[in-house]
Amino acid sequence: MPPALELVDVRKVYRTGLEALKGISLSVAAGDFYALLGPNGAGKSTTIGIITTLVTKTAGTVRVFGHDIDRETRTAKRCIGLVPQEFNFNVWEPVEEIVINQGGYYGLPRPVCKRRARALLEQLDLWDKRREPARELSGGMKRRLMIARALIHEPRLLILDEPTAGVDIEVRRSMWQFLTELNASGTTIILTTHYLEEAERLCRNIGIIDHGELIENTSMQALLNEINMETLILDLEHPVEHLPVIDGAALRHRDDLSLEADVFTGRVNDLFCGLQQAGIRVRSIRNKNNRLEELFMCLVNDDRQQRRERNETGAER
Amino acid sequence: MKNPSLVAFQTLLIREFLRFVRIWMQTILPPVITTTLYFVIFGKLIGRQIGDMQGFSYMDYIVPGLILMSVITNAYANVVSSFYQAKYHHHIEEILVSPTPNFVIIAGYTAGGIARGLTVGLAVMAVAFLFSEVRFEHPWVALGIAVLTCILFSLGGLINAIYANSFDDISIIPNFVLTPLTYLGGVFYSVSILPPIWQKVSLFNPVLYMIDGFRFAMLGKSDIALATSFAIVLLFIAVLYGWCHVLLVRGTGLRS
Repeated sequence: MPPALELVDVRKVYRTGLEALKGISLSVAAGDFYALLGPNGAGKSTTIGIITTLVTKTAGTVRVFGHDIDRETRTAKRCIGLVPQEFNFNVWEPVEEIVINQGGYYGLPRPVCKRRARALLEQLDLWDKRREPARELSGGMKRRLMIARALIHEPRLLILDEPTAGVDIEVRRSMWQFLTELNASGTTIILTTHYLEEAERLCRNIGIIDHGELIENTSMQALLNEINMETLILDLEHPVEHLPVIDGAALRHRDDLSLEADVFTGRVNDLFCGLQQAGIRVRSIRNKNNRLEELFMCLVNDDRQQRRERNETGAER
Repeated sequence: MKNPSLVAFQTLLIREFLRFVRIWMQTILPPVITTTLYFVIFGKLIGRQIGDMQGFSYMDYIVPGLILMSVITNAYANVVSSFYQAKYHHHIEEILVSPTPNFVIIAGYTAGGIARGLTVGLAVMAVAFLFSEVRFEHPWVALGIAVLTCILFSLGGLINAIYANSFDDISIIPNFVLTPLTYLGGVFYSVSILPPIWQKVSLFNPVLYMIDGFRFAMLGKSDIALATSFAIVLLFIAVLYGWCHVLLVRGTGLRS
């Protein structure tokens, strides 16, 4: 089976001269749950715009399930469902009409659209709101409406550009559940998000874009394995005055009843043995930061450092 | 199974129709009231002083022009405002990401313009029939001219909306181009009363041909041959359609 998405040396230079993408190549396998991460302005939305034809690429090839978006545009478009970052529906139209009309643009007969719209709106807890104009919906409901709209033609590839931005944790978790089930049923999902915990929880593979270049493209597990140290927070049962020296870990006080421990990967047992020998009893333990968040910052900062060095070298010449 | 392009066209048409019906207080009622005032002021009050025009009472003479004027402005306004709002609020992307072909997008929006143009035209005609006893001499010609006029000005509205970058941009053409062309297109007078030089200048105004053709359909009398009117309108439609198509293919104002 061809990959769900294949980008080959995709470039985009805007009329202003801004080089938003500098030759990105990546492949997302069918059935994957893929995270596309990057800081603001890195080129994520431009990439999504090019895949969905909202942005015209300057060079390169994009194939969706083997269909070239330039030569087989309509077939490629039928494979894609898009949940954009910004709300982009007519706020005066009733919820159900928005979803049904979208099916119509994909050539689906109205009775089919009505049946599917009902199923989707029920699944996404919007059925009760079906006759209300979209402007009446809360932020979380609007996000769910865009998901329902994107799925009306049953796309094989769903692209979500920050789908959980600005929604409360309860809605976010229910959306995670929905997307996990959708992926399990065979839909390939590409997700951009600023919540790295979301990417870590949902996605199997990950690409990181910075300054229009793909600086990482690997499996989530392989990326997390690159982390050789993490910082743990230990809540103590009793205050500790003198900290023991433990091989493979560095301890420091946070306050009277908690410690921070930098631990090398695979040395957590050594940490606990050391603490036990020192008579320190731990009540609870948690990660200081999300692991992926740390790694992400590390990669982006490394990339920027290399870029600076390249620029300085260039300037010296 | 229906042709997907036909389904997309129907979807656009239904959506556009529901849009202007939903806001009928803004779309259907105002032109009816404005035209009623025209009939009262120009037809009844001032018209009495003017006397006959080409053998018809002034009220009867201006009825075709006023009906077609409301058709023109509403067909144009429907497409320019609907498409520009879709662009401004980004819901045009719903269509752009779908496999809807460009000719269906043009046809769908144009059909919406035809629907509103004819709806308002019929409402104004009903009012006109209260003031005037004039009826249609050639009803099929009237329908043909009215539909072609709607198509032409819907395409014009679409081009305006594609280029527009602000709400000011969608009011400039109607205010500074469309209204003068309509008023100078013989709504209130026959071009035959103009000095020869202005008669010649008027021939460059496409609105003249539509109003004259529509007047022929109602009164049975015109300044220009009917075939010429149809030919000119069809020519303009072909040019504007081609222009729209090129803009959509290039993604002007729609795709970055």
